[in-house]
Formats: sequence, C-alpha cells, structure tokens
Amino acid sequence: MGNDHFVRFENVDKSYDGKQLVVKGLDLDIAEGEFVTMLGPSGSGKTTCLMMLAGFETPTNGQIYLDNKVISDIPPHKRGIGMVFQNYALFPHMTVYENLAFPLRVRKIPKDEADKKVDKALSMVSLQGFESRMPMQLSGGQQQRVAVARSLVFDPQLVLMDEPLGALDKNLRESMQYEIKHIHESIGVTVVYVTHDQTEALTMSNRIAVFNDGKVQQLSSPDELYERPVNSFVAEFIGENNTFAGEVSDVSGDKCKVKLTSGSEILANPIVAKTKGEKTTVSLRPERALIDPETKMDNNHKGKIEEVIYHGDHTRLRVDLLGNDQFILKVPNSSNRMDIKAGKEINIGWNSVDCRALDPK
Amino acid sequence: MSKEQILSSDGLPLEVSLKKAERKNKLKAVALVAPLFLFILIIYIFPIGDMLFRSVDDRMITKMLPKTFAAMEKWDGQDLPEEPVYKGLYEDLSYLKKTKTYGKIIARLNYEKGGFSSLIKKTVRKINKFEEGNYKEQFIKVHKRWGQSEYLVALKNTAPNWSYAKYLKGIDRKFDQDRNIIQVPEDRRIHKTLWLRTLNVAFWVTIFCFILAYPISHLLATLPMKYSNLLMICVLLPFWTSLLVRTSSWMVLLQQQGPINDLIVWIGLAADDNRPELMYNVIGTFVAMTQILLPFMVLPLYSVMKTISPSLMRAGKSLGGTPLVSFVKIYFPLTIPGIGAGCLLVFILAIGYYITPALVGGASGSLISNTIAYHMKSSLDWAFASALGTMLLVGVLTIYWIYNKLVGIDNIKLG
Repeated sequence: MGNDHFVRFENVDKSYDGKQLVVKGLDLDIAEGEFVTMLGPSGSGKTTCLMMLAGFETPTNGQIYLDNKVISDIPPHKRGIGMVFQNYALFPHMTVYENLAFPLRVRKIPKDEADKKVDKALSMVSLQGFESRMPMQLSGGQQQRVAVARSLVFDPQLVLMDEPLGALDKNLRESMQYEIKHIHESIGVTVVYVTHDQTEALTMSNRIAVFNDGKVQQLSSPDELYERPVNSFVAEFIGENNTFAGEVSDVSGDKCKVKLTSGSEILANPIVAKTKGEKTTVSLRPERALIDPETKMDNNHKGKIEEVIYHGDHTRLRVDLLGNDQFILKVPNSSNRMDIKAGKEINIGWNSVDCRALDPK
Repeated sequence: MSKEQILSSDGLPLEVSLKKAERKNKLKAVALVAPLFLFILIIYIFPIGDMLFRSVDDRMITKMLPKTFAAMEKWDGQDLPEEPVYKGLYEDLSYLKKTKTYGKIIARLNYEKGGFSSLIKKTVRKINKFEEGNYKEQFIKVHKRWGQSEYLVALKNTAPNWSYAKYLKGIDRKFDQDRNIIQVPEDRRIHKTLWLRTLNVAFWVTIFCFILAYPISHLLATLPMKYSNLLMICVLLPFWTSLLVRTSSWMVLLQQQGPINDLIVWIGLAADDNRPELMYNVIGTFVAMTQILLPFMVLPLYSVMKTISPSLMRAGKSLGGTPLVSFVKIYFPLTIPGIGAGCLLVFILAIGYYITPALVGGASGSLISNTIAYHMKSSLDWAFASALGTMLLVGVLTIYWIYNKLVGIDNIKLG
C-alpha cells in the first residue's frame, strides 16, 4: 500500500470520430487499495475511461500510468488487470471451474495450485460446489459472483468493474453491493467501479468521481460529495436537491445574500458564486429544511403545501416556496406527526451553511 | 384423498370443456398447415416414393412375356426346357411383334446377358413363318442360342418382380449366371470412380468454402452496420443472380483464352502456347462450386457469430489470454454450431450438384448427379437413375446421422 498514484490519468483525451471529445483532458489519481467509483449519466465518458484503462480503447492524447509505468503500449492481455463486465461475459461453453481456471491456465500455473486458487476464489463469493455447473444453469446473481471470482482469481492488483450489477433486481443488487465491498476490504485490491446508480456509488466507494460531459466534476468521498457538492451538476446528480435561481446581492464573510427571481432574498453559503452581481443557483437538500424549527435558523420563510406524498418511513411535501413550486420537504413519519394537508401554510427554516450558492444552471 | 373430477363452472368436466375451447384453434391450425402438407406430399413424398419403387421394380419382362414365365415355373433351370416354354415364348413374341412393343424387352434382356439383342431381333423377324407344333425345334433352327441353356437361364433369372440389380450396378457389381454377385469387368467400373470423385469434390468444396467464409462472416458480424450491410449485399448478390449465369460467367473466366489464363501467362506462370486447362476438368468444378456454395456457409456462420458478444473476447484478453489463445479457446468453440450447419449444408448441396459440374466439369469433372441426369434423359434407364438417386439420398441421410452422433443436431444453428 501507500502508492497514492497507483493509477494515474494524465491529461487524457479521447475521441472516437475526430469531431467530438468523449473524454476531455482527464486528470485522475487513484491510490493503491482504494475503491473508486466513476459515476455519471450515460455518455459522460466513464465507461470509455475504464476501457482505456483496460486497454480496449487507446487514448487520443495523454498518458495513463499503472504503478508508475506508462501502459498505453501494453496490450490488454499483458496488463494483468481483472475485469468484470456489464453482462458478466462468462464463457458459455465452459464450466464455472473452467471459467475460473482460464486466467490461471494461460499463465501456465500448475494444476494443483490453480485448483487451490479457484477454490479460494469461489469460497470468497460463497459458490463452492458449483465448479461443474455451466453458466447458463446459474441465476443472474450467481453468474455475477462467478464473474467477480474470475476477475480476482489470478490475484490482479487492479480490478475494473463496468456496471456489474446493472442486470440484477433491486434486492440482489443491494446484497451484492455489500458483498463486493467486503471482498474489497478483505483482500485490499484496488477497484475502479463504473456505475450510473448513485446509491450504489455512495454505499460502496472510498471516493467517487462524478463524470459529466467528458470531465470529472468532483472527486471526493461519498459524504463530502453529498454534503458539499462543488457545482450544481453534482448537487443535482447526487441525491435530491431543491434549487433557487438568483443573483448574489451582497457578500459578507462566509455568508452571502441572494436575490431570487421571485424578488425575495435568502442567506446562502458562497461556494462558487462569491462576488456581488454574480448569477447563481442555490442548492438545498430537502432534509436540511425543517417545518416550524425549534432552534433559531437564519432562513425562515412561509410556504404553501401543494401536494402530500406518503412514502412509508417518511412523507414528502411539495411546497410552493419563494416562487419555486417544486420545493420538496421530507417529514419523518414519527408518532407525533403534525397535521399536514395540502393547501396549508407552513413555516420553513434552514441554515445558510446548508444552502450552497453554486454556478448558475 | 379421493380422486375427484374437476368441473368447470358450467358443470362439464374440465378436460371436456378445455378440449371444446381448444377445438376451434386446433381446426384452424390444421387448416393452415394442410396446404403445405399437401404440397410436400405431392412434390416431395410421392416422387421419392416413386423413385424408390422404380429402382427395384423389375416387372416389365414378366408382364410382357406372361405365358413364357408361366410355363417356366415347371422348369428346373438345368437342361433345356420342354416344349411348353417355347410355345409360350412363341405366343408372347408373336403378340409383341403384332403390337410392335418388343423393343423394350431387348434392352432389359441384353443387360441380363449380352447377345440377346440379336437373338430376339432375328427371332421376331422370322416368327411369322413358324408353323404350329414343335416350337422348340423351330426356335433352335432360327437361332442356335435358343438351344443353349444359359440364355434360357438368363431369361428365367429376370422373373422376380423385385430386383436390387440396379443398386449392384451403382457400385459396379452384377449378378453372374448363377446369381452370384461379382464385379463388372475392370474397363466398365465407372461408378465407383464417380462416387469417390463426388465425395472428394463435396469434401474439398466444403473445406474451401469454410476457409473463405470464416473470415468474411467474422467481418460481417463485427463491422459497424453501414459497412456490414454493404458486405452482406456483396455476399447475397450472387444469390439473386441465376445459377446458370454465374456458371456461364465462370466459363468465360476460366476458358483457355479467358482473363484468368491471360493473367497466368502475363505473370509468367505458363507459356502462351501451353495455357493450363482450368475448365472441363475437376479444377473448374472446384472453383465454380466453391463460389456458388459460399453464401450457404457464410449465412449460418454469420448468424452464429452475430450472437457472440464482443465482451467475451475482451474478457479473454483481460484475463491474460493472447488474442490467439482467446480466439482458439473462446471464439472458435462458440462458432462450432455455425460451422456444423454450414458444412453440412454445403456438403449435402455439393454432393448432389448438377448444373455446374455439367457445364464446367467436362468428363473428368462430372459428378454422380450428371450420371443420374444422363440415365434419366439419354439412356432412359429410369430404374438405374432412381437407384443412384436413392443411394445418394441414403448417403446424405447417413452423413446427417453421423453428424447428429458427433455434434448433435440441436447444436445446429441456421439463423
């Protein structure tokens, strides 16, 4: 451990047609043993980055380093990078054992040693006893585990996963998320994981790289990403988000006043928009706004409930607040629930620290 | 638990009401299938049945010489027969002369034993002059062969209604006088060569097709849509052109003064006055048949390769397999169903190919189907043509059976 630049993208560009850049000047460092997720909408360049790392695509410009070595000229089969594919890519004509033994056989590892490794890898995903099954005889979840075991069986330093859970149903996906996370923790391999599912990214990763438009918008830990998004794309993409469009009218210390398009003013935390007169989008997480707050909060406004949506553990309110009729509030369904009805006027308060003035949309 | 009949809500047993409900659909299905069934029956089942029948049917002589054969039943086939046989023969031949139909039996009898042709012709010419009684003597007087028992034995040997003699002929064998199976004389053993050549040509055409089609199909399956469509059209274009046109264009290309020979001379591989024969021999058959049968190999291969996810090869490489190892261990085994289908298709088509070898094959490049056609059209030995056809059919079914044993027919994939 300890190499902070185990994987390094240095100013990498990628274009398929010579007209459009899919990846633009990407710089990214991944430390050894880290679990990094590339998260972003489809077409944001995340899978392309993974493919360049695996060696199936070549960067149009820039370099990729693996363990301080340039890997652009190394063909995929010599990179020694394990990979889990979106559709598992198990070899349908081979048994589970043969699938797992394939990377060992091409490395000319003696049979008894290979058997041990296969056994170990299968026990890691709790699939002992499935050696002689064909992939078609396995359920989606089991196939997925075989694919994970196969990518780890030859002890690679780096494993890439390209939306490996995309084809599974919700419950299975959640339990697999924990399983992959635990495997990562127990063997300490570096994992680069690609997904477009933000919950998956938040649960599993050490760090998340949010991709949009061929660029990393933010690279930070899950809580950092959620609590302190650096721009309005990240704020919108990760979790739920209430926004107000407006213009900074006054800045004083770590607070600023934002004049909204509806005319009213709110206090916000100047993150991107820091100077007077700058256009901004103010972002606020639904759970940070409270109804009739007991403690003093520096933003307090009246809103009208437009819609009440029951969600089991909580109730969501759509409120018309300061000219935004899509403002969402989350109210926990505790026993002392207040009387909530559509059409009712309520007091809503929040702290200016949670209310981030970001770049305009 | 007692076995209780389940009733539907109108009180009828469930099974009955299910049948009632399904009956309409069943009738509809039968009505839809019926035309096809009839069509297959008329153009496929009946002709094949008729062919099988003809190949063993040997009733013609018995029908045309009924009295002779009736009298022969009492003859032991050792010495010369007695008077009644000759009497029957006289009556039969007189009738055949009157109706002018004796030509048919000459060919058949001559096949059984050489010399019958002149014997029958001479006898028929003089049969009007026969006097009543003592026919045996008069027959022998007309031609001394009527006094040699082997001719009469040969005649008797044609009596059975069913005969597999045509099949023996197809493998260069025949019955001798004592009904033993012997090989025909060396200079007449042509069918064995033909069978071997047919199998040989079919085998190599299949191999050539496979070698040419595999890369094309791979390209077709992996190229982006706009290129692969164009390539597909190039593969299918010959399909839409008449077989005859394609074969004729090969004749233009392959002839001694044709462009391919010009090229060979120009490169310097052959002297101008010593141009190689590319046509009217096996080479012509090989080249033209490979080209014509190529799409039948490409299409099944393509349809199988199309289903192989490109991520499998990527997985192979990412796991450390070189491109070659990944191809041999992963890609190739997955294309086997397509290879099987393509090879079987091409081989079976090649084994019965007719027009192309007939046009570009010449004598040394003609196949068994050309012989069948010859017996259908020229020698009019339909029974023999049928026998050869049946043998071909059995051969194809055998290959199919072997293939099923080796690869399994469910592994075939045509699309």
